Amino acid sequence: MSAPVQETFDCRVAFADELIALARLDERIVAVCNDSVGSSNLVGFATEFPDRLINVGIAEQDMVGVGAGLALSGYIPFVCGASPFLTGRALEQIKADVAYSQSPVVLCGMSPGMAYGELGPTHHSIEDLSWLRAIAGLGIVVPADPSETRAAVRWAAAAATPVFLRVGRFKVPAVTGDLPFTFGTASTLRDGTDVTVVATGTMVSRALQAAEEAAGQGVSIRVLNMSTIAPLDEEAIRAAVRETRGIVTAEEATTTGGLGAAVASVVVSSPAPVRMRMLGVHREFAPTGNTEFLLEHFGLTAADIRAAAVELAHG
Amino acid sequence: MLVADPRTAAAWRLLRQEIAEAAPERRRELLRQRANQSRAADLHMIGRAGLGHVGGDMSVLDILTTLFFGVLRVDPEHPEWADRDRFVLSKGHTAGALYSTLAAAGFFPQEELATFAAPLSALNGHPNRVKVPGVETNTGPLGHGLPVSVGMAVAGRLAGSERHVFVVLGDGELQEGSNWEAAMTAGHRRLANLTAIVDRNRLQQGARTEETSALDPLDDKFRAFGWDVHVVDGHDHLELLNVFTAPRGERPTCVIANTIKGRGVSFMEDRVEWHHKVPSSEQISLATVELAR
Ligand SMILES: Cc1ncc(C[n+]2csc(CCOP(=O)(O)OP(=O)(O)O)c2C)c(N)n1
Ligand SMILES: [Mg+2]
Repeated sequence: MSAPVQETFDCRVAFADELIALARLDERIVAVCNDSVGSSNLVGFATEFPDRLINVGIAEQDMVGVGAGLALSGYIPFVCGASPFLTGRALEQIKADVAYSQSPVVLCGMSPGMAYGELGPTHHSIEDLSWLRAIAGLGIVVPADPSETRAAVRWAAAAATPVFLRVGRFKVPAVTGDLPFTFGTASTLRDGTDVTVVATGTMVSRALQAAEEAAGQGVSIRVLNMSTIAPLDEEAIRAAVRETRGIVTAEEATTTGGLGAAVASVVVSSPAPVRMRMLGVHREFAPTGNTEFLLEHFGLTAADIRAAAVELAHG
Repeated sequence: MLVADPRTAAAWRLLRQEIAEAAPERRRELLRQRANQSRAADLHMIGRAGLGHVGGDMSVLDILTTLFFGVLRVDPEHPEWADRDRFVLSKGHTAGALYSTLAAAGFFPQEELATFAAPLSALNGHPNRVKVPGVETNTGPLGHGLPVSVGMAVAGRLAGSERHVFVVLGDGELQEGSNWEAAMTAGHRRLANLTAIVDRNRLQQGARTEETSALDPLDDKFRAFGWDVHVVDGHDHLELLNVFTAPRGERPTCVIANTIKGRGVSFMEDRVEWHHKVPSSEQISLATVELAR
């Protein structure tokens, strides 16, 4: 008998549904985009609230600045663009106009990681977590599935704080079940005693699969869904250091400054640090290929996560 | 890095000569046929890969063909020749149009087109100079080609070279502020060795430019920034040839090429959804018939 095919979801759909639902209840909610009505999945929003969608054209710096102006005038702007351009092009606007000015903009980085596959490194957003983590006062949220995406959108609309939401396009299965989303808190999706896998976004379902397979090899893996990258849930990491023998981080992003680096800085300052393996892209531009191919190329499959965890467990 | 295909390069040289020596109407016809062959090759590439930016490819191919088969001083077998003219495709999403043109000129073997976007191919969804000869700088994020071209034009002047820099910009792309910073630099420095060509198809990804963030009057904008401006039919090869080869004054040149997105394929023309929709094999067959006319 073959394994049942798991249903998978593009989180942009949940994102848009929730945004529309909230916009019906709160007139302050507006969307700002960069010729990305389709790719940010804002067609429904545009149809229902034509006046509340501000499409500035292909102009990301303008887009973020306009978002800040709206936020400083009492609106709740969801500023949506393909993540590489939103973060890379408008980085100084994010720093000065949003974070430093403490203007409560919800920056929505659509289709992050290597979701744009064959379109190549210019369209990959693997540096975003690293860049944004360096900016003071900016929350960074990476939902792992549709239900967490919805919860994060609801939280962000009410939070009145600068935040970056990484909204996935690469299809993922539902993994968070009924667990609530709490900003700044990791959730334990599976408990374990040998090794902890700290995963974010698209890597969470793969970490769960790795844990399932490792159990068959007699290795017990704890899986943390680290859906808030900043501020990091340091207590969850310290607990993992105390209670398990090693930590694997997995992110569809560069390990230079992303989740792995964030976790490592907590681990090394623990009284008794444990060994780590950081899975991600190691300061390299991707070759040509689709997303699935690239995830394999960079060692980001469930099998890679399992192998890293098993090695730490035995080592 | 891909390498040149000497046989195709030799054929390119012959065709260039024939075009240069032909009477005007014949010249137009030769360029038209050549551009339509590249259109067909591009459609097949996109069909095989299951991705691409077909609308903008079709709109820019008459410009690219005119440049590579009638204007640019380049040598496909010596792509690094220091005094070559520089060509930058700033609207890098139309890489398919550039690849099919470069292959037709022999910069690399035409069989390579079949690998477009496949794992480990040199032909990425956006052009990469490290892998593809004839590509001068990596593009993909809009609003990068003009500043880099300004740098190349400044370098050409510093080096005392006759080389000219040509850059093709999307019209929607002009909404990026970086273009206007570069336009100001070029105007201020009177970079007469720089020609910016705007593929003015009036469509961007999601809608018409004038409904998104209007660009008109575009000619006046460039003039105000210190450029000489010419407005031409971007599908008329003779008009393009004339404007590209006309003697330059003391300012950078902007050619606003009025084009039709999806040009040459009736069911794609001027339709926003063909920005990056992928044609079915039946649609490719239909298009190929239209283009063979
Ligand atoms: C900085 C940046 N923002 C957004 C995009 C996404 N994008 C790719 S093509 C395109 C529309 C381009 O329109 P235009 O310049 O008019 O090109 P054409 O009509 O010739 O295809 C957009 C928004 C991008 N590539 N780069
Ligand atoms: Mg256009």
